[in-house]
Amino acid sequence: MQTAVPEADRLHLGIALDGAGWHPAAWREPTARPAELLTAGYWADLVTQAERARLDFVTFEDALSLQSDDRYQPDLRTDRVRGRLDSVLVAARVAPLTSSIGLIPTVVATHTEPFHTSKAIATLDWVTGGRAGLRIRVSARQDEAAHFGRRSAPAGPGQVSELFAEAADYVEVVRRLWDSWEDDAEIRDVATGRFIDRDKLHYVDFEGGWFSVRGPSITPRPPQGQPVVAALAHASTPYQLLASSADIGFITPRDATSAAAMVAEVRASEAAADPGRATPHLAGQPVRLFADLLVFLDDEAAAAARRRDRLDELAGAEYRSDALIFTGTPAELADLIGDWRSAGLAGFRLRPAALPHDLAQITRALVPELQRRSTFPSQYQSSTLRGLLGLPRPANRYVPDPAP
Amino acid sequence: MPKPVKQVHLAAHFPGVNNTTVWSDPRAGSHIEFSSFARFARTAERAKFDFLFLAEGLRLREQHGRIYELDVVGRPDTFTILAALAAVTDRLGLAGTINSTFNEPYEVARQFATLDHLSGGRAAWNVVTSWDAFTGENFRRGGFLPQDQRYERARTFLSTTFELIDSWQGNEVAADADSGIFLRDRDAGRFEHHDSHFDIAGRFDVPRSPQGGPVIFQAGDSDEGREFAAAQADAIFSRHSTLDAGREFYADVKGRLARYGRDPDQLKILPAATFVLADTDAEAAELAHQVRLQQVSPATAIAFLEQLWNRELSAYDPDGPLPEIDPDPGENTTARGRASVRMYRDPIATAREWRAKAEAEHLSIRELIIEVTGRQSFVGSPATIAATIYDYVQADASDGYILVPHITPGGLDEFADKVVPLLQERGVFRTDYTGTTLREHLGLAPRARRARSAQTRPVKVGTAP
Repeated sequence: MQTAVPEADRLHLGIALDGAGWHPAAWREPTARPAELLTAGYWADLVTQAERARLDFVTFEDALSLQSDDRYQPDLRTDRVRGRLDSVLVAARVAPLTSSIGLIPTVVATHTEPFHTSKAIATLDWVTGGRAGLRIRVSARQDEAAHFGRRSAPAGPGQVSELFAEAADYVEVVRRLWDSWEDDAEIRDVATGRFIDRDKLHYVDFEGGWFSVRGPSITPRPPQGQPVVAALAHASTPYQLLASSADIGFITPRDATSAAAMVAEVRASEAAADPGRATPHLAGQPVRLFADLLVFLDDEAAAAARRRDRLDELAGAEYRSDALIFTGTPAELADLIGDWRSAGLAGFRLRPAALPHDLAQITRALVPELQRRSTFPSQYQSSTLRGLLGLPRPANRYVPDPAP
Repeated sequence: MPKPVKQVHLAAHFPGVNNTTVWSDPRAGSHIEFSSFARFARTAERAKFDFLFLAEGLRLREQHGRIYELDVVGRPDTFTILAALAAVTDRLGLAGTINSTFNEPYEVARQFATLDHLSGGRAAWNVVTSWDAFTGENFRRGGFLPQDQRYERARTFLSTTFELIDSWQGNEVAADADSGIFLRDRDAGRFEHHDSHFDIAGRFDVPRSPQGGPVIFQAGDSDEGREFAAAQADAIFSRHSTLDAGREFYADVKGRLARYGRDPDQLKILPAATFVLADTDAEAAELAHQVRLQQVSPATAIAFLEQLWNRELSAYDPDGPLPEIDPDPGENTTARGRASVRMYRDPIATAREWRAKAEAEHLSIRELIIEVTGRQSFVGSPATIAATIYDYVQADASDGYILVPHITPGGLDEFADKVVPLLQERGVFRTDYTGTTLREHLGLAPRARRARSAQTRPVKVGTAP
């Protein structure tokens, strides 16, 4: 088996973790751990399992409201998982138990402070030695706005677009704060009594429509320089957010053709927003695009279909997703993955329908199959998340003549 | 009947961005690498300390409009580092300072509830309120909170955060796969709070954690601060580590508890304490002087002087006499982001005291600053320090101490190895944890659950938690 896979040939895989799994009835499965969803051990087990299979990263879902079957407001269901933990802290809690896998929590830009987010993700990067990411999302929900009482929810599509423009500003502030310390700002110069060289710290002086931030950060420059910024995008407005602000994007194509079309649309957004991707943190790098797939995996295709039907019956409705739902064997999924590769995708983010069942199928069957096909490495090939994804470490925008 | 011997509580503060830390010492470690914090936490835990404590500052300090370079600068995010430390410890409490001005209750409530879940019940919150526009420049709703509103804001923030946390009683999650009932109460987490500070309603999304919320610390010294602590806090992070000042503070604060229906042992008084250890008292005294010289360099001495004088004094010789001129009156524009300048209530009077002291004792600027900006609390051999701590706690000068080493992360090792065993031998400090939560370590009763109800009027001071 080939150990090292060249970047051009290799596939990247991430896992999207959410509660007991993405299917609403997954918590009722025999191997589910529904009473442990708020324990450190539950999350540690999932993430270490993903790391043993050499997956590139895990993402952690999060929001500023209880889960709901209704995308826009709370529901009163008692037969679903309700209650969750702050995902940045879950990522930090499992960080010391891992050594190689990327950890990408979710932050809602609309109701939080970019200053806090910047230092939190920088700290996660310090704790992991360079494996942190940030998945940014917006919130148009009225109930979430009411939890803060600072603004009203958007009234129409125009105002929803503004949430994305604000998110772009938010990410800009977060990134400037990551650069606000030069890498070598800490000098510990005994002769002059200076712990830092203040000329290597920079005010970010961001002024925008929703906030202004002075800086510098209170936290030194993260090991990755710029932790990986991610977003989920279904349509042109969020594609623009990917183009302006993200290192990686999660998209939801239904087949190889739509995957190629979505990739093209994101590339067009990139060209329009920033020809040549000249901004320092993007450094000429195109957004690495991952196709989200929701997966029901079993040793036999019929078993996977039966399991899906059973879960749908328990849930009281057929499960629908923004992502393509794949039901079958790991080998069949490996075929689909191979078919879609020509669309220009960097890889796939897999949403396990049930945890730990579908994660185990991924780690024990899918990954070995992909390794056998020489598209997935059997060892981690870098110690940072940027390195794993083939993203160079960006120069600091505040350094006039960066050393090569 | 003789008083029962009091147990001593001990905690460890990983110091932040002030001149306590002697960063120039070759043994001084990083203030940002995780390994530094992990090492410190593990030392505290093997010594069976009650908790580890972190401060917080939300804007880098400046002097004369430029970032202050002389002390440690740069620190991790409080919540994130504590969550990570929960992974490398098992019993040690995790106490962090979180600001009530530049945060929102919904977020802080879910972060503390999460930290408490992820640590098995070891979270604590040191509630602080900064009130300056300087820090506010880093935040969306930055701006300015008048000083007299500080405590009102802190009270309301604290009580609102606990309303959110208490919106889950602790029995709502059934997770019964057979019946399909995950939640027993379809309205779990319902809350509502409306006052001039917070106008919020909805459902909180984190079920009740092992401690039912973080342990509450408070660090104010003013009358209003002491009253706030007596009403709402579980422990006070105090400034009074000497015997007499400690006893006075202790009696004053404990004396306020009855008004709130609280027993004296439900509020722990824990002064911050620096220390210098050596084999003999004489060696420790000499070492302490050396440490003070390292902490107050010539440049630092001038900087401290400037903070009181509220003007530039770089022309003065640190080995020379104090300025004859008076401090600049009015708002302190020299030092920004530094809590200590708030302590200079009458700068002109303080300057005169300093001048008088320097003249009487023939002290240079640097020597004077060394004298007036805080000696080490405990200086001596392990036996001397252990005896002092024992005596002070029994004399009701405190319920224990939060130790602040000047070398981090290794400076705690000696205390853990040499002083703690002496206290254990005397039967006043645990030889092993008996409980799993921070409340148990501190001897606090379980936190009472508040009945879920819609709060539509402001919570008044004087309402027991």
